[in-house]
Amino acid sequence: MKLTNRSRKTDKSPMTIAERLYLPAIASGLGTTIKHFFQKKPTIQYPEQKREFSPVFRGLHVLKRDEQGRERCTACGLCAVACPAEAITMIAGEREPGQEHLYREEKYAEVYEINMLRCIFCGLCEEACPKAAIFLQPDKIAPAFYERDEVIFGKDRLVEKMDDRASVGIEKYTGVKS
Amino acid sequence: MELSVFIVKSIIILAVFGVSLLIATYSTWAERKIAAFLQDRPGPNRAGIFGLLQPIADAGKMFFKEDFIPRQANKWLFIAGPSLAMLTACMTSAVVPFGDTVLVNGAEVTVQGIDINIGILYVFGVVSLGVYGVMIGGWASNNKFSLLGAIRAASQNISYELAMGLSIIAILMMSGSLSLRTIVEQQHGMNWNIFFQPVGFIIFLTCAFAECNRTPFDLPECETELIGGYHTEYSSMKLGFYLFAEYINMFVSSAVIAVLYFGGYNYPGMDWVRESLIGGLGLNWGHNLATLVGTMVFFGKIFFFIFFFMWVRWTLPRFRYDQLMNLGWKGLIPLAILNVVLTGAGLLAGTRLLSWVLILGVVLVATIQAGTARKRTVAAGRLSKV
Ligand code: SF4
Ligand code: SF4
Repeated sequence: MKLTNRSRKTDKSPMTIAERLYLPAIASGLGTTIKHFFQKKPTIQYPEQKREFSPVFRGLHVLKRDEQGRERCTACGLCAVACPAEAITMIAGEREPGQEHLYREEKYAEVYEINMLRCIFCGLCEEACPKAAIFLQPDKIAPAFYERDEVIFGKDRLVEKMDDRASVGIEKYTGVKS
Repeated sequence: MELSVFIVKSIIILAVFGVSLLIATYSTWAERKIAAFLQDRPGPNRAGIFGLLQPIADAGKMFFKEDFIPRQANKWLFIAGPSLAMLTACMTSAVVPFGDTVLVNGAEVTVQGIDINIGILYVFGVVSLGVYGVMIGGWASNNKFSLLGAIRAASQNISYELAMGLSIIAILMMSGSLSLRTIVEQQHGMNWNIFFQPVGFIIFLTCAFAECNRTPFDLPECETELIGGYHTEYSSMKLGFYLFAEYINMFVSSAVIAVLYFGGYNYPGMDWVRESLIGGLGLNWGHNLATLVGTMVFFGKIFFFIFFFMWVRWTLPRFRYDQLMNLGWKGLIPLAILNVVLTGAGLLAGTRLLSWVLILGVVLVATIQAGTARKRTVAAGRLSKV
């Protein structure tokens, strides 16, 4: 039965003298390698030269704020449920009067942690979020780390800074930029 | 000996020693660069421009690694192994004629460590001593893989030294001298031995690969079977010495190949260059400059062969052990003997070109046989091309 069209029939007929001499084969092999010697190298010199990300690249998470700078997340926990790697944990808190400029909904996440060692960057949390709060940035890679506790990203590192807003294409959910 | 002659001679000896070490150092860099280029990579390029400081960084790393001696190992022999390998590797370049002569106060000083009348025998003797470094190191490690690697190295070197010696005999029959300088002087201009001894050259080249433990004959350090071979237990600069000795050996073999078969410092038109330099600059300067040009040419040849060593290394896979022994004993030694007989017959008949008959015969038989043999299926033909 033929499984693929790449299979080849092996020819076991005895080698000719020219083949047994090795030398012609060695010469042609040397020719092959020297051709590569002069070829253009496809290497990308990483820190100086960066490769373009794919438009659907899923990188480091960000917790978005809305256009007035309030946190969007309402600690519904849907992202944690959706997460196949169980990387997300959170503790919900109730918004006090006077905190309206901080949190958009009455319930917010007091603690929101993603364990980057567990996360598989599948993006299901982004899909699950009803508030368009969590996104995987298309242009940032999760950084390398030296200690285990550096791996758990809390709100200090997840929530976006107002002076350095993440562009994640949120318009397609909310109709507004940022 | 006059004082100035003595000084010039000392400078030459020091330069020969220093240059061979320097070239060996930068061979490690070249090896990585060439390996990379042959595999479509740029190679080391972070340490200095083009990665030129890489060998220094490597050496620094080697020195600061833990210098480990296994508890069951024989300590003194364990240290003697790499020292011996390094020592023998450094000794060989003494007899290689790196250039013609320099004129100092009317006296001619040869650009060579020392011209002894048994130069080529000396090279052979020292190279065969080199296997003791490997053997002692492998044995002293008290590790079965090391021992196997060392035994392989010993048997391989002995087998290929025979064929190597036989291939040289043909050269010696033509030159009538064992002195490397005489052999080079006889190849004046374009009279290179390669044109008279093509078979001998192929045999010598193959054996040189085996003697240097280079791929495709690097069975003593065959990773898939023996982990690291004879240097499995070695670390730090002791390992560095073993690896470094290999590169010095490679340099020396390239030099010896260039001397024996490619005319050493001779190049076509050298008489014209010398005459016009002397005409322009006077006898002293002209002669010395002509010698310098010859030395440059010689180093060009050496660099080509070092490149060739590396090129082959990154092209061919390793031989299996029985294939290695078959090639050595059943292939190269009979071929070398045949070559000696043919050369002798040719010399009796007054021609030096008789060993071409061997090549022509083989080519003829191979083409006729390939023409009459059943054609391989297209698929297999494609496979061999891929
Ligand atoms: S990207 Fe996937 S694995 Fe990572 S936190 Fe979101 S849902 Fe979990
Ligand atoms: S990020 Fe979105 S899904 Fe996750 S708790 Fe906050 S609002 Fe809910």
